Amino acid sequence: MSLLIDKVKKLEYDENDIKINKKAADMMIGKWVKCDTCKEIIYKDELHKNLSVCPSCGKHFRLSARRRIKQIADEDTFKEIGKDILTKDPLNFDGYLKKVEGLREKTKIDEAVKCGICKINGEDAIIAVMDGNFLMGSMGSSVGERITLAIEESIEKKLPLVIFCVSGGARMQEGIISLMQMAKTSSALAKHNKEGLLYISVLTDPTTGGVTASFASLGDIILAEPDSLIGFAGPRVIEQTIKQKLPEGFQRSEFLLEHGFIDKIVERKDLKNTISELIKLHK
Amino acid sequence: MSKTTAWDRVTLARLQDRPKALDYINLIFDEFIELHGDRNFSDDKAIVGGIAKLDDMPVTVIGEQKGKNAKENMERNFGMPNPEGYRKALRLMKQAEKFNRPIITFIDTPGAYPGMGAEERGQGEAIAKNLIEMSTLKVPIICIIIGEGSSGGALAIAVGDKIAMLENAVYSILSPEGFASILYKDSSKCKEAAENMKITAKELKVLGIIDEIIKEPEGGAQEDINKVSKSLKRCIVKSIKELKEVSAEDLIQQRYDKFRQMGK
Repeated sequence: MSLLIDKVKKLEYDENDIKINKKAADMMIGKWVKCDTCKEIIYKDELHKNLSVCPSCGKHFRLSARRRIKQIADEDTFKEIGKDILTKDPLNFDGYLKKVEGLREKTKIDEAVKCGICKINGEDAIIAVMDGNFLMGSMGSSVGERITLAIEESIEKKLPLVIFCVSGGARMQEGIISLMQMAKTSSALAKHNKEGLLYISVLTDPTTGGVTASFASLGDIILAEPDSLIGFAGPRVIEQTIKQKLPEGFQRSEFLLEHGFIDKIVERKDLKNTISELIKLHK
Repeated sequence: MSKTTAWDRVTLARLQDRPKALDYINLIFDEFIELHGDRNFSDDKAIVGGIAKLDDMPVTVIGEQKGKNAKENMERNFGMPNPEGYRKALRLMKQAEKFNRPIITFIDTPGAYPGMGAEERGQGEAIAKNLIEMSTLKVPIICIIIGEGSSGGALAIAVGDKIAMLENAVYSILSPEGFASILYKDSSKCKEAAENMKITAKELKVLGIIDEIIKEPEGGAQEDINKVSKSLKRCIVKSIKELKEVSAEDLIQQRYDKFRQMGK
């Protein structure tokens, strides 16, 4: 924080440079962000121009579904599937729908996944993009239903499927119904597989719990962004179980690659081209 | 007697002397031959499996196995499977499909084991693989929750054509303690969590998650294991008879439709 204040002070004294002064004013209203990894303070616009990757250390910041789609789909080609599927409350869990409603207003995101049909470097594909900004990307009935609809659509249209995963796991507030979404999405992928269609799973930070234990792990090809946390049990749960600290890098993309659970680590700047190349190879 | 609460059932489901998978397997089936190992890494003793006879019909039987005392629990890892357990189960299920044997699974686990080795060897992948493969097996699959059915570790052997549950068993997304700690930020509120989570057989039948509830004697299954085994056997025999009438193709489609409507 003190670093930030220093920067503001420094900029405020530089009265001749209007542009920098504008930046200083922006900082006051939260247009700057600090990289957790290298501690560099980055202008948000610059960060977004760099695909939300830290220009200084290469850390991949978490992406909203909206930004991810913008990065992956060719301009104006994305058409949403399953938008009318909204959050259900099978447990009548106290305050759940109210919380979701509030979140929807605040974030302008309607659920933890956005699915649709689009073109990727000219190649038709069905994509499902999870959103970690919505209840940690947790999978409840509507997430499971939207993803299943997307899988069914890709079977119907005989198109490749790409799912971008980011999730804290199953959504607790919907109880057992959330658990069953693992079986539902996996069963749909079995049908997809039987049709000989390509499914690329892209694991991003973090991919855990019931999502790892279902569609995330079932890709014909599994890609991951660098340094993403990927696992079934969360690191805290494991540490409580084994009563010791986990080694550095445990459950990160590089660790999974080494243990044989993912095909390739792909930097965000190369992701779109890698996916379209893979799609072309399967035509 | 006062009403049995959801938490009472959690307690009953976890009782150390509650009958475990092997107890039922030995009473329901004849000539059970246990088969071991996943052919890749090891034999996980938290899951047992093999071939047995149901009256005169060969079947494949798989169960999550808890211990009845500290020593047994150490050996069985408290019924928490590692990836090898799920891979052994899948190997035996594929074998059942090859030889056209119905599959019966017994579910009783606090969850898949959250250990370092389990993560290194792909716990998530092992569970996911079971879900996708079970959805298209060509033989009837009967799944019975006999105690604790907790999280993906339970579901990994519970994708079937008929899901039955003992009256005092519970089936949930995670333990009530875990649920309370996440959503109420206080694991001591587990009783309240249990009441709200819809984890009892009765509630799950209303939700369309399970198909049948099997009665237990007053006080729980341990009070009369012979009687419970007989009821279980009746349920298994009846279900297999019905499912054997269905073609493999229809069986797979019906199984798809069953899970497809959950949370639709």
